[in-house]
Amino acid sequence: MEKDAEQVLAYPIPAPSALEPPSEWERLRSECPVARVTLPSGDGAALVTRYEDVRSVLADPRFTRRLTGEGAARIAANESGGVFNSDMASAVPDSGEGHQRWRREVGKWFTAKRMNALRPGIREMAERLIDGMVAEGAPADLKAHLGFPLPVWVICDLLGVPESDRDRFSYWSDTLLNLTRYTEEEISAAQKEFFAYMSAHIGRRRTDPGDDLLSALITGPDGDGARLTDMELVATGMGLLVAGHETTANMIGKMVAMLLSDRSRWERLLEERGLVRTAVEEALRFDANSGIGLPRFITEDAEIGGETVPAGTTVMCAMAAANRDPGAFEGADTMVLDRLPNQHIAFGSGAHSCLGQALARTELQVVLEVLLDRLPGLDLAVPADELRRVDGLAVGGLATVPVRW
Amino acid sequence: MKITVDEDKCCGAGQCALIAPEVFDQRDEDGVVVLLDAAPGEEHHGAVRESAQVCPAAAITVDEDA
Repeated sequence: MEKDAEQVLAYPIPAPSALEPPSEWERLRSECPVARVTLPSGDGAALVTRYEDVRSVLADPRFTRRLTGEGAARIAANESGGVFNSDMASAVPDSGEGHQRWRREVGKWFTAKRMNALRPGIREMAERLIDGMVAEGAPADLKAHLGFPLPVWVICDLLGVPESDRDRFSYWSDTLLNLTRYTEEEISAAQKEFFAYMSAHIGRRRTDPGDDLLSALITGPDGDGARLTDMELVATGMGLLVAGHETTANMIGKMVAMLLSDRSRWERLLEERGLVRTAVEEALRFDANSGIGLPRFITEDAEIGGETVPAGTTVMCAMAAANRDPGAFEGADTMVLDRLPNQHIAFGSGAHSCLGQALARTELQVVLEVLLDRLPGLDLAVPADELRRVDGLAVGGLATVPVRW
Repeated sequence: MKITVDEDKCCGAGQCALIAPEVFDQRDEDGVVVLLDAAPGEEHHGAVRESAQVCPAAAITVDEDA
Protein backbone atom coordinates (compact mmCIF):
# COMPACT_ATOMS: atom_id res chain seq x y z
CA MET A 1 0.00 0.00 0.00
CA GLU A 2 3.03 2.25 0.32
CA LYS A 3 3.40 2.24 -3.43
CA ASP A 4 1.24 4.78 -5.21
CA ALA A 5 0.34 6.17 -1.82
CA GLU A 6 -0.15 9.56 -3.42
CA GLN A 7 -2.56 8.36 -6.05
CA VAL A 8 -6.10 7.53 -5.04
CA LEU A 9 -8.34 6.33 -7.84
CA ALA A 10 -12.03 7.04 -7.98
CA TYR A 11 -13.90 3.74 -8.03
CA PRO A 12 -15.52 2.36 -10.11
CA ILE A 13 -13.01 3.12 -12.85
CA PRO A 14 -14.53 4.37 -16.12
CA ALA A 15 -14.19 2.16 -19.22
CA PRO A 16 -13.70 3.29 -22.83
CA SER A 17 -16.88 1.57 -23.99
CA ALA A 18 -19.68 -0.58 -22.63
CA LEU A 19 -18.10 -3.94 -23.45
CA GLU A 20 -14.43 -3.05 -23.00
CA PRO A 21 -12.44 -3.12 -19.76
CA PRO A 22 -10.89 0.03 -18.27
CA SER A 23 -7.33 0.37 -19.61
CA GLU A 24 -6.29 1.04 -16.00
CA TRP A 25 -6.74 -2.64 -15.10
CA GLU A 26 -3.58 -3.69 -16.89
CA ARG A 27 -1.47 -1.12 -15.06
CA LEU A 28 -3.02 -2.01 -11.71
CA ARG A 29 -2.46 -5.74 -12.15
CA SER A 30 1.16 -5.29 -13.18
CA GLU A 31 2.21 -2.33 -11.06
CA CYS A 32 -0.22 -1.76 -8.24
CA PRO A 33 -1.96 -4.98 -7.20
CA VAL A 34 -3.33 -3.39 -4.03
CA ALA A 35 -4.53 0.06 -5.08
CA ARG A 36 -6.06 2.81 -2.97
CA VAL A 37 -9.48 3.81 -4.22
CA THR A 38 -12.33 6.07 -3.18
CA LEU A 39 -15.77 4.46 -3.24
CA PRO A 40 -18.95 6.30 -4.33
CA SER A 41 -19.62 6.95 -0.62
CA GLY A 42 -16.33 8.84 -0.33
CA ASP A 43 -14.86 6.15 1.92
CA GLY A 44 -11.52 4.62 1.08
CA ALA A 45 -10.81 1.00 0.17
CA ALA A 46 -8.09 -1.20 -1.26
CA LEU A 47 -8.73 -2.51 -4.77
CA VAL A 48 -7.38 -5.95 -5.67
CA THR A 49 -7.17 -6.87 -9.37
CA ARG A 50 -4.81 -9.86 -9.86
CA TYR A 51 -6.38 -13.28 -10.33
CA GLU A 52 -4.41 -15.05 -7.61
CA ASP A 53 -4.96 -12.21 -5.12
CA VAL A 54 -8.70 -11.88 -5.73
CA ARG A 55 -9.14 -15.63 -5.54
CA SER A 56 -7.26 -15.96 -2.28
CA VAL A 57 -8.97 -12.99 -0.59
CA LEU A 58 -12.42 -14.34 -1.50
CA ALA A 59 -11.52 -17.80 -0.17
CA ASP A 60 -9.90 -16.47 3.03
CA PRO A 61 -12.34 -16.47 5.99
CA ARG A 62 -10.38 -13.68 7.73
CA PHE A 63 -11.70 -11.34 5.07
CA THR A 64 -15.29 -11.11 6.21
CA ARG A 65 -18.30 -10.16 4.13
CA ARG A 66 -19.63 -8.21 7.06
CA LEU A 67 -19.43 -4.49 6.34
CA THR A 68 -21.52 -3.48 9.33
CA GLY A 69 -18.51 -3.46 11.66
CA GLU A 70 -16.85 -0.30 12.91
CA GLY A 71 -14.46 1.22 10.43
CA ALA A 72 -15.81 -0.66 7.42
CA ALA A 73 -16.29 1.42 4.32
CA ARG A 74 -19.73 2.23 3.00
CA ILE A 75 -20.08 1.46 -0.66
CA ALA A 76 -22.77 3.88 -1.80
CA ALA A 77 -23.35 7.52 -1.06
CA ASN A 78 -26.76 7.04 0.52
CA GLU A 79 -27.12 6.69 4.27
CA SER A 80 -27.74 2.97 4.50
CA GLY A 81 -24.90 2.21 2.13
CA GLY A 82 -27.07 0.00 -0.03
CA VAL A 83 -27.41 -3.73 -0.18
CA PHE A 84 -23.95 -4.61 1.11
CA ASN A 85 -24.38 -2.70 4.34
CA SER A 86 -28.00 -3.44 5.19
CA ASP A 87 -29.12 -5.11 8.42
CA MET A 88 -30.65 -7.77 6.24
CA ALA A 89 -27.19 -8.71 5.02
CA SER A 90 -26.31 -9.77 8.56
CA ALA A 91 -29.41 -11.92 9.16
CA VAL A 92 -27.90 -14.81 7.29
CA PRO A 93 -25.06 -16.48 9.22
CA ASP A 94 -21.79 -15.25 7.81
CA SER A 95 -19.27 -17.88 8.77
CA GLY A 96 -18.52 -21.12 10.53
CA GLU A 97 -21.11 -23.78 11.30
CA GLY A 98 -24.08 -21.41 11.12
CA HIS A 99 -23.15 -20.40 7.63
CA GLN A 100 -22.56 -23.97 6.54
CA ARG A 101 -25.94 -25.05 7.91
CA TRP A 102 -27.70 -22.23 6.08
CA ARG A 103 -25.70 -22.78 2.93
CA ARG A 104 -26.53 -26.47 2.81
CA GLU A 105 -30.22 -25.99 3.65
CA VAL A 106 -30.58 -23.55 0.78
CA GLY A 107 -27.89 -25.02 -1.45
CA LYS A 108 -29.65 -28.32 -1.86
CA TRP A 109 -32.20 -26.42 -3.97
CA PHE A 110 -29.51 -25.52 -6.43
CA THR A 111 -27.98 -28.90 -7.20
CA ALA A 112 -27.12 -29.74 -10.79
CA LYS A 113 -29.92 -32.32 -10.84
CA ARG A 114 -32.57 -29.87 -9.68
CA MET A 115 -31.36 -27.27 -12.14
CA ASN A 116 -31.58 -29.76 -14.99
CA ALA A 117 -35.13 -30.48 -13.91
CA LEU A 118 -35.91 -26.75 -14.20
CA ARG A 119 -34.67 -26.62 -17.79
CA PRO A 120 -37.97 -27.36 -19.58
CA GLY A 121 -39.78 -24.74 -17.48
CA ILE A 122 -37.11 -22.11 -18.10
CA ARG A 123 -37.15 -22.99 -21.79
CA GLU A 124 -40.90 -22.43 -21.89
CA MET A 125 -40.54 -19.03 -20.18
CA ALA A 126 -37.81 -18.02 -22.65
CA GLU A 127 -39.97 -19.12 -25.60
CA ARG A 128 -42.90 -17.12 -24.29
CA LEU A 129 -40.80 -14.00 -23.78
CA ILE A 130 -39.21 -14.30 -27.22
CA ASP A 131 -42.69 -14.74 -28.75
CA GLY A 132 -43.61 -11.44 -27.12
CA MET A 133 -40.53 -9.73 -28.49
CA VAL A 134 -41.05 -11.09 -32.01
CA ALA A 135 -44.72 -10.04 -31.93
CA GLU A 136 -43.67 -6.43 -31.33
CA GLY A 137 -41.21 -6.56 -34.19
CA ALA A 138 -37.61 -5.51 -34.74
CA PRO A 139 -35.72 -3.58 -33.59
CA ALA A 140 -36.43 -4.59 -30.01
CA ASP A 141 -34.69 -4.30 -26.65
CA LEU A 142 -33.63 -7.83 -25.75
CA LYS A 143 -32.96 -6.75 -22.19
CA ALA A 144 -36.49 -5.51 -21.55
CA HIS A 145 -38.18 -8.37 -23.40
CA LEU A 146 -36.10 -11.32 -22.26
CA GLY A 147 -33.08 -10.64 -20.05
CA PHE A 148 -34.87 -8.78 -17.30
CA PRO A 149 -38.12 -10.72 -16.90
CA LEU A 150 -36.75 -14.26 -17.20
CA PRO A 151 -34.68 -14.52 -14.00
CA VAL A 152 -37.35 -12.85 -11.88
CA TRP A 153 -39.93 -15.31 -13.19
CA VAL A 154 -37.60 -18.15 -12.27
CA ILE A 155 -36.93 -16.81 -8.76
CA CYS A 156 -40.62 -16.13 -8.13
CA ASP A 157 -41.36 -19.74 -9.05
CA LEU A 158 -38.64 -20.96 -6.70
CA LEU A 159 -40.05 -18.87 -3.86
CA GLY A 160 -43.66 -19.80 -4.61
CA VAL A 161 -44.57 -16.20 -5.48
CA PRO A 162 -47.55 -15.97 -7.87
CA GLU A 163 -47.20 -14.70 -11.42
CA SER A 164 -49.22 -11.58 -10.56
CA ASP A 165 -46.51 -10.36 -8.16
CA ARG A 166 -43.58 -10.72 -10.55
CA ASP A 167 -43.55 -7.02 -11.47
CA ARG A 168 -43.38 -5.93 -7.83
CA PHE A 169 -40.48 -8.30 -7.25
CA SER A 170 -38.73 -6.89 -10.25
CA TYR A 171 -39.05 -3.34 -8.88
CA TRP A 172 -37.89 -4.28 -5.38
CA SER A 173 -34.89 -6.09 -6.75
CA ASP A 174 -33.86 -3.13 -8.86
CA THR A 175 -34.29 -0.69 -6.00
CA LEU A 176 -32.41 -2.73 -3.45
CA LEU A 177 -29.42 -3.31 -5.67
CA ASN A 178 -29.13 0.06 -7.31
CA LEU A 179 -26.56 2.18 -5.54
CA THR A 180 -27.39 5.56 -6.99
CA ARG A 181 -30.57 5.69 -9.07
CA TYR A 182 -33.10 5.69 -6.26
CA THR A 183 -33.41 8.03 -3.30
CA GLU A 184 -32.83 6.91 0.25
CA GLU A 185 -36.61 7.10 0.84
CA GLU A 186 -37.33 4.91 -2.16
CA ILE A 187 -34.77 2.33 -1.08
CA SER A 188 -36.08 2.26 2.49
CA ALA A 189 -39.66 2.03 1.27
CA ALA A 190 -38.79 -0.85 -1.06
CA GLN A 191 -36.96 -2.63 1.73
CA LYS A 192 -39.96 -2.23 4.02
CA GLU A 193 -42.46 -3.36 1.40
CA PHE A 194 -40.37 -6.33 0.48
CA PHE A 195 -39.91 -7.27 4.13
CA ALA A 196 -43.66 -7.03 4.77
CA TYR A 197 -44.46 -9.03 1.65
CA MET A 198 -41.98 -11.78 2.46
CA SER A 199 -43.05 -11.97 6.12
CA ALA A 200 -46.68 -12.41 5.07
CA HIS A 201 -45.68 -14.86 2.37
CA ILE A 202 -43.70 -16.93 4.88
CA GLY A 203 -46.59 -16.78 7.33
CA ARG A 204 -48.91 -18.20 4.66
CA ARG A 205 -46.42 -20.90 3.82
CA ARG A 206 -46.15 -21.93 7.47
CA THR A 207 -49.86 -22.81 7.53
CA ASP A 208 -50.17 -23.87 3.90
CA PRO A 209 -46.85 -25.17 2.55
CA GLY A 210 -46.42 -25.36 -1.21
CA ASP A 211 -43.98 -27.01 -3.53
CA ASP A 212 -41.37 -24.27 -3.28
CA LEU A 213 -38.03 -23.56 -1.65
CA LEU A 214 -39.38 -21.46 1.23
CA SER A 215 -41.99 -24.07 2.13
CA ALA A 216 -39.29 -26.72 2.19
CA LEU A 217 -37.05 -24.54 4.36
CA ILE A 218 -39.95 -23.95 6.75
CA THR A 219 -41.05 -27.53 7.16
CA GLY A 220 -37.65 -29.15 6.80
CA PRO A 221 -37.18 -32.80 5.97
CA ASP A 222 -38.64 -33.85 9.34
CA GLY A 223 -41.44 -31.32 9.32
CA ASP A 224 -40.17 -29.96 12.64
CA GLY A 225 -40.51 -26.38 11.44
CA ALA A 226 -37.44 -25.28 13.37
CA ARG A 227 -34.90 -25.22 10.61
CA LEU A 228 -34.38 -21.53 10.02
CA THR A 229 -35.75 -18.52 11.90
CA ASP A 230 -38.30 -16.16 10.31
CA MET A 231 -35.63 -13.52 9.97
CA GLU A 232 -33.32 -15.99 8.26
CA LEU A 233 -36.14 -16.99 5.93
CA VAL A 234 -37.01 -13.41 4.96
CA ALA A 235 -33.34 -12.61 4.47
CA THR A 236 -32.93 -15.75 2.40
CA GLY A 237 -35.83 -14.78 0.13
CA MET A 238 -34.48 -11.28 -0.21
CA GLY A 239 -30.97 -12.55 -0.78
CA LEU A 240 -32.10 -14.91 -3.51
CA LEU A 241 -33.99 -12.15 -5.25
CA VAL A 242 -31.27 -9.52 -5.18
CA ALA A 243 -28.53 -12.05 -5.90
CA GLY A 244 -30.43 -13.94 -8.57
CA HIS A 245 -32.32 -11.35 -10.50
CA GLU A 246 -30.28 -8.38 -11.60
CA THR A 247 -27.09 -10.39 -11.98
CA THR A 248 -28.49 -12.95 -14.40
CA ALA A 249 -30.77 -10.38 -16.07
CA ASN A 250 -27.84 -8.21 -17.00
CA MET A 251 -25.64 -11.15 -17.88
CA ILE A 252 -28.16 -12.34 -20.47
CA GLY A 253 -27.96 -8.97 -22.22
CA LYS A 254 -24.19 -8.72 -21.96
CA MET A 255 -23.66 -12.29 -23.14
CA VAL A 256 -25.79 -11.73 -26.24
CA ALA A 257 -24.13 -8.37 -26.91
CA MET A 258 -20.63 -9.85 -26.59
CA LEU A 259 -21.50 -12.72 -28.93
CA LEU A 260 -23.06 -10.38 -31.52
CA SER A 261 -20.47 -7.59 -31.30
CA ASP A 262 -18.23 -9.92 -33.33
CA ARG A 263 -20.84 -11.87 -35.22
CA SER A 264 -18.42 -14.67 -36.16
CA ARG A 265 -18.89 -15.79 -32.53
CA TRP A 266 -22.63 -16.13 -33.01
CA GLU A 267 -22.14 -17.91 -36.33
CA ARG A 268 -19.73 -20.38 -34.78
CA LEU A 269 -22.32 -21.23 -32.11
CA LEU A 270 -24.97 -21.74 -34.79
CA GLU A 271 -22.68 -24.30 -36.38
CA GLU A 272 -21.32 -25.86 -33.20
CA ARG A 273 -24.20 -26.04 -30.78
CA GLY A 274 -22.13 -28.21 -28.45
CA LEU A 275 -20.17 -25.08 -27.52
CA VAL A 276 -23.06 -23.45 -25.65
CA ARG A 277 -21.77 -24.58 -22.24
CA THR A 278 -18.20 -23.35 -22.71
CA ALA A 279 -19.41 -20.18 -24.48
CA VAL A 280 -21.51 -19.27 -21.43
CA GLU A 281 -18.48 -19.77 -19.16
CA GLU A 282 -16.36 -17.63 -21.45
CA ALA A 283 -19.01 -14.90 -21.50
CA LEU A 284 -18.90 -14.91 -17.70
CA ARG A 285 -15.11 -14.64 -17.76
CA PHE A 286 -14.97 -12.06 -20.54
CA ASP A 287 -17.58 -9.71 -19.04
CA ALA A 288 -15.63 -6.54 -18.29
CA ASN A 289 -18.71 -4.82 -16.89
CA SER A 290 -19.70 -7.06 -14.01
CA GLY A 291 -20.12 -4.32 -11.43
CA ILE A 292 -18.07 -3.09 -8.53
CA GLY A 293 -16.95 -6.53 -7.39
CA LEU A 294 -17.23 -8.00 -3.91
CA PRO A 295 -16.28 -6.04 -0.80
CA ARG A 296 -14.49 -7.68 2.13
CA PHE A 297 -13.38 -6.33 5.51
CA ILE A 298 -10.35 -7.37 7.53
CA THR A 299 -9.99 -6.91 11.30
CA GLU A 300 -6.34 -7.97 11.52
CA ASP A 301 -3.25 -7.17 9.50
CA ALA A 302 -3.05 -9.42 6.47
CA GLU A 303 -0.96 -9.89 3.38
CA ILE A 304 -2.21 -9.66 -0.18
CA GLY A 305 0.23 -10.42 -2.99
CA GLY A 306 3.20 -9.63 -0.77
CA GLU A 307 1.81 -6.33 0.53
CA THR A 308 0.60 -5.74 4.04
CA VAL A 309 -2.99 -4.66 4.36
CA PRO A 310 -3.68 -3.18 7.78
CA ALA A 311 -6.53 -4.17 10.07
CA GLY A 312 -9.62 -2.10 9.36
CA THR A 313 -9.19 -2.12 5.58
CA THR A 314 -12.13 -2.65 3.27
CA VAL A 315 -10.96 -4.61 0.25
CA MET A 316 -12.77 -4.47 -3.09
CA CYS A 317 -12.26 -7.67 -5.06
CA ALA A 318 -12.45 -6.93 -8.79
CA MET A 319 -13.33 -10.33 -10.20
CA ALA A 320 -13.76 -8.93 -13.71
CA ALA A 321 -10.21 -7.52 -13.68
CA ALA A 322 -8.93 -10.84 -12.32
CA ASN A 323 -10.75 -12.70 -15.08
CA ARG A 324 -8.76 -10.70 -17.67
CA ASP A 325 -5.42 -11.34 -15.94
CA PRO A 326 -2.95 -12.59 -18.60
CA GLY A 327 -1.06 -14.31 -15.78
CA ALA A 328 -4.03 -16.64 -15.32
CA PHE A 329 -5.60 -16.89 -18.79
CA GLU A 330 -3.91 -17.41 -22.12
CA GLY A 331 -5.24 -14.83 -24.55
CA ALA A 332 -7.04 -13.14 -21.68
CA ASP A 333 -8.40 -10.37 -23.90
CA THR A 334 -9.76 -12.76 -26.54
CA MET A 335 -13.15 -14.39 -26.25
CA VAL A 336 -12.42 -18.10 -26.75
CA LEU A 337 -15.73 -19.91 -27.03
CA ASP A 338 -14.24 -23.36 -26.39
CA ARG A 339 -11.89 -22.38 -23.55
CA LEU A 340 -11.23 -25.42 -21.37
CA PRO A 341 -10.82 -25.43 -18.44
CA ASN A 342 -12.21 -22.01 -17.64
CA GLN A 343 -11.27 -21.13 -14.09
CA HIS A 344 -12.97 -17.76 -14.06
CA ILE A 345 -14.12 -16.35 -10.74
CA ALA A 346 -17.20 -14.50 -11.91
CA PHE A 347 -19.09 -16.36 -9.15
CA GLY A 348 -16.42 -15.74 -6.55
CA SER A 349 -14.33 -18.44 -4.94
CA GLY A 350 -14.30 -20.61 -1.84
CA ALA A 351 -16.97 -21.19 0.79
CA HIS A 352 -18.98 -18.10 -0.23
CA SER A 353 -18.86 -18.62 -3.97
CA CYS A 354 -22.24 -17.95 -5.55
CA LEU A 355 -24.89 -20.28 -4.17
CA GLY A 356 -27.02 -19.89 -7.27
CA GLN A 357 -24.31 -20.40 -9.85
CA ALA A 358 -25.84 -23.61 -11.18
CA LEU A 359 -29.13 -21.75 -11.66
CA ALA A 360 -27.41 -18.83 -13.38
CA ARG A 361 -25.54 -21.21 -15.69
CA THR A 362 -28.74 -23.07 -16.49
CA GLU A 363 -30.64 -19.88 -17.30
CA LEU A 364 -27.82 -18.54 -19.48
CA GLN A 365 -27.41 -21.84 -21.33
CA VAL A 366 -31.15 -22.22 -21.93
CA VAL A 367 -31.58 -18.62 -23.10
CA LEU A 368 -28.68 -18.99 -25.51
CA GLU A 369 -30.01 -22.30 -26.86
CA VAL A 370 -33.49 -20.90 -27.38
CA LEU A 371 -32.15 -17.77 -29.09
CA LEU A 372 -29.97 -19.84 -31.43
CA ASP A 373 -32.99 -22.03 -32.24
CA ARG A 374 -35.55 -19.32 -32.66
CA LEU A 375 -33.61 -16.33 -33.96
CA PRO A 376 -30.53 -17.56 -35.84
CA GLY A 377 -30.44 -14.26 -37.73
CA LEU A 378 -30.11 -12.27 -34.50
CA ASP A 379 -27.86 -9.21 -34.70
CA LEU A 380 -27.25 -5.98 -32.84
CA ALA A 381 -29.44 -3.16 -34.16
CA VAL A 382 -26.79 -0.57 -33.25
CA PRO A 383 -22.99 -0.60 -33.60
CA ALA A 384 -21.42 -2.24 -30.51
CA ASP A 385 -19.66 0.98 -29.54
CA GLU A 386 -23.02 2.70 -29.20
CA LEU A 387 -24.09 0.34 -26.43
CA ARG A 388 -24.29 2.13 -23.10
CA ARG A 389 -23.65 0.89 -19.59
CA VAL A 390 -26.32 1.22 -16.97
CA ASP A 391 -25.12 3.45 -14.14
CA GLY A 392 -25.18 2.94 -10.47
CA LEU A 393 -25.74 -0.75 -10.01
CA ALA A 394 -23.74 -3.03 -7.81
CA VAL A 395 -24.20 -5.29 -10.80
CA GLY A 396 -23.00 -4.03 -14.17
CA GLY A 397 -25.16 -4.19 -17.23
CA LEU A 398 -26.16 -2.55 -20.47
CA ALA A 399 -28.86 0.13 -20.52
CA THR A 400 -30.53 -1.53 -23.51
CA VAL A 401 -29.61 -4.31 -25.93
CA PRO A 402 -31.21 -3.30 -29.27
CA VAL A 403 -31.47 -6.27 -31.62
CA ARG A 404 -33.00 -7.29 -34.93
CA TRP A 405 -33.36 -10.74 -36.48
CA MET B 1 -6.49 -42.04 -11.90
CA LYS B 2 -7.73 -41.88 -8.34
CA ILE B 3 -10.17 -39.23 -7.13
CA THR B 4 -10.79 -38.00 -3.60
CA VAL B 5 -13.32 -35.37 -2.50
CA ASP B 6 -13.39 -33.20 0.61
CA GLU B 7 -17.00 -32.99 1.79
CA ASP B 8 -16.23 -30.30 4.36
CA LYS B 9 -14.78 -27.98 1.74
CA CYS B 10 -17.54 -28.64 -0.81
CA CYS B 11 -19.77 -25.60 -1.36
CA GLY B 12 -22.31 -27.39 -3.55
CA ALA B 13 -21.67 -25.35 -6.69
CA GLY B 14 -22.54 -28.42 -8.73
CA GLN B 15 -19.96 -27.90 -11.47
CA CYS B 16 -18.62 -31.44 -11.13
CA ALA B 17 -22.08 -33.00 -11.29
CA LEU B 18 -22.82 -30.97 -14.42
CA ILE B 19 -19.51 -31.68 -16.14
CA ALA B 20 -18.95 -35.32 -15.14
CA PRO B 21 -22.32 -36.74 -14.04
CA GLU B 22 -21.08 -40.33 -14.31
CA VAL B 23 -18.43 -39.63 -11.70
CA PHE B 24 -19.92 -36.98 -9.40
CA ASP B 25 -23.36 -36.43 -7.92
CA GLN B 26 -24.77 -34.26 -5.13
CA ARG B 27 -26.62 -35.37 -2.00
CA ASP B 28 -30.30 -34.44 -2.13
CA GLU B 29 -30.33 -33.33 1.50
CA ASP B 30 -27.58 -30.70 1.30
CA GLY B 31 -26.06 -30.56 -2.19
CA VAL B 32 -22.69 -31.87 -1.02
CA VAL B 33 -20.63 -33.84 -3.54
CA VAL B 34 -21.01 -37.60 -3.82
CA LEU B 35 -18.20 -39.50 -5.49
CA LEU B 36 -19.82 -42.18 -7.63
CA ASP B 37 -16.62 -43.63 -9.05
CA ALA B 38 -13.24 -43.01 -7.44
CA ALA B 39 -11.34 -44.66 -10.30
CA PRO B 40 -13.29 -43.91 -13.47
CA GLY B 41 -12.41 -45.17 -16.94
CA GLU B 42 -10.25 -43.14 -19.27
CA GLU B 43 -13.23 -41.80 -21.20
CA HIS B 44 -14.11 -39.70 -18.12
CA HIS B 45 -10.62 -38.39 -17.33
CA GLY B 46 -10.98 -35.15 -19.28
CA ALA B 47 -14.25 -34.25 -17.60
CA VAL B 48 -12.85 -35.21 -14.17
CA ARG B 49 -9.79 -32.99 -14.63
CA GLU B 50 -12.00 -30.10 -15.69
CA SER B 51 -14.26 -30.64 -12.68
CA ALA B 52 -11.30 -30.51 -10.32
CA GLN B 53 -9.87 -27.42 -12.03
CA VAL B 54 -13.06 -25.39 -11.93
CA CYS B 55 -14.29 -26.47 -8.47
CA PRO B 56 -14.67 -23.14 -6.64
CA ALA B 57 -13.90 -24.76 -3.29
CA ALA B 58 -10.96 -26.86 -4.55
CA ALA B 59 -12.70 -29.86 -3.01
CA ILE B 60 -11.66 -32.43 -5.64
CA THR B 61 -8.19 -33.99 -5.75
CA VAL B 62 -7.07 -36.05 -8.71
CA ASP B 63 -4.12 -38.38 -8.43
CA GLU B 64 -3.09 -39.04 -12.02
CA ASP B 65 -0.56 -41.76 -11.13
CA ALA B 66 -2.77 -43.96 -9.06
